[in-house]
Amino acid sequence: MQQIIDFFIRNKNFLLFFVLFITAVIVTVNSHSYHKNRYVSSANFVSGSIFSLKSSVTDYFDLKEQNEKLSEENRRLRSWLQNAKTSIPEIDSSHISTSNNFSILGARVINNSFSKTKNQITLDQGRKEGVVIDMGVISSEGIVGIVSHVSENYASVQSVLNTKSQIVAKFKKSNHFGTLVWNAKKPNIVQLKEIPRIAPVAIGDTIVTDGKSAIFPAGILIGTVKDFEIEEVGDYYRINVELFTDMTSVKFVYLVSIKDAADIKELEKEAQDVE
Amino acid sequence: MWNNEILQNVVRFIVLALLQVLLLDHINFLGYINPYLYVYFILLFPLTGNKALLIFLSFLLGLTMDTFNDSGGIHAGASVFIAWVRPVMLKFSFGVSYEYNTVKVSSASFSQQLFYILGMVLLHHMMLFALEIFNVEQILLILKSTLFSGVFSTILIFCTLYLFSRK
Repeated sequence: MQQIIDFFIRNKNFLLFFVLFITAVIVTVNSHSYHKNRYVSSANFVSGSIFSLKSSVTDYFDLKEQNEKLSEENRRLRSWLQNAKTSIPEIDSSHISTSNNFSILGARVINNSFSKTKNQITLDQGRKEGVVIDMGVISSEGIVGIVSHVSENYASVQSVLNTKSQIVAKFKKSNHFGTLVWNAKKPNIVQLKEIPRIAPVAIGDTIVTDGKSAIFPAGILIGTVKDFEIEEVGDYYRINVELFTDMTSVKFVYLVSIKDAADIKELEKEAQDVE
Repeated sequence: MWNNEILQNVVRFIVLALLQVLLLDHINFLGYINPYLYVYFILLFPLTGNKALLIFLSFLLGLTMDTFNDSGGIHAGASVFIAWVRPVMLKFSFGVSYEYNTVKVSSASFSQQLFYILGMVLLHHMMLFALEIFNVEQILLILKSTLFSGVFSTILIFCTLYLFSRK
């Protein structure tokens, strides 16, 4: 017994190191599996308020650029609205089936990273405003990421620039769909996998979200095909997609929630259980 | 004097943590190179101080970085690791005499400082990027990031060291 105690006392530094190091590795590995890690996240009160304070200062630095982005979006939406009005003249709204499936929430980016391999974005909206895990996040230009942690007042978003991200995407013109991943090389290029060889692919094709996943509605812009090649093994394309969203300067984002998301998920889960 | 040292380290801990998350994590030099100055705390922790305390504080500092960066436990792991190997690195760099309170990092010779700081920084960054990337196939990316960020961090640590050394 004495020897065991002696052993512990002699090696207490190593044991302390070992325990803490293993803890760190476990937390890291947990964070690799999809939002299993709920404790170490920037969506907590302290880091949220500090980032909030920081962004209240740094937001002034690129006001001009952000204003231009917003006015460009306004212009686009306005022209779309005008066209929609003129092309479908008199339809009584009571006759249209209520397709109010989506609700949209605005949020400000208070911290953004794009230089690591697993990038996260922190937003200034949280559970109080109705943010829940798995909401899709889009900017005025295209997709940004998926909410992975939520606290009372802040939310943390797993950016598309994260090697853990897998988003279902499709070609706008042909509906062939694949998975969007990131190889951690450039902050404006992501990769589209699993597009079968029979699909017609051309440089400049638009890639949009698929809407199968109950996270993003269908047809949200993602990017355009920059270049592509056929994998040596297997009958799939490997496509580089240039993002519409400039992930390095994203400031205002929208959180999309799909009303039936919970139902869809439950159904999918049931279907899986049956299998 | 002793109280003074505690106060100095507490202030250093907080200032370095804030500086890191508010400013240094957003430098993105050449697109992806960031310095990790918070290692300075572990390097300059009193050389004869309590080793277990240093290991624990390093874990805390690393975990603070991880909460701000949403990075799991990568900073905590890397920090604990260099806190643990610090006595060995000190012995290699300054000889055994460091144990008798005769050596100060800020007043050692340049080659000794360079060996100590660069060695610790590279070990820290290697562990950090290995845990972040977590993929053996990407070993080249790990080494590249370690080298570039390591040089950047080392330069910054030297600047900080000379800025705050009283001569």
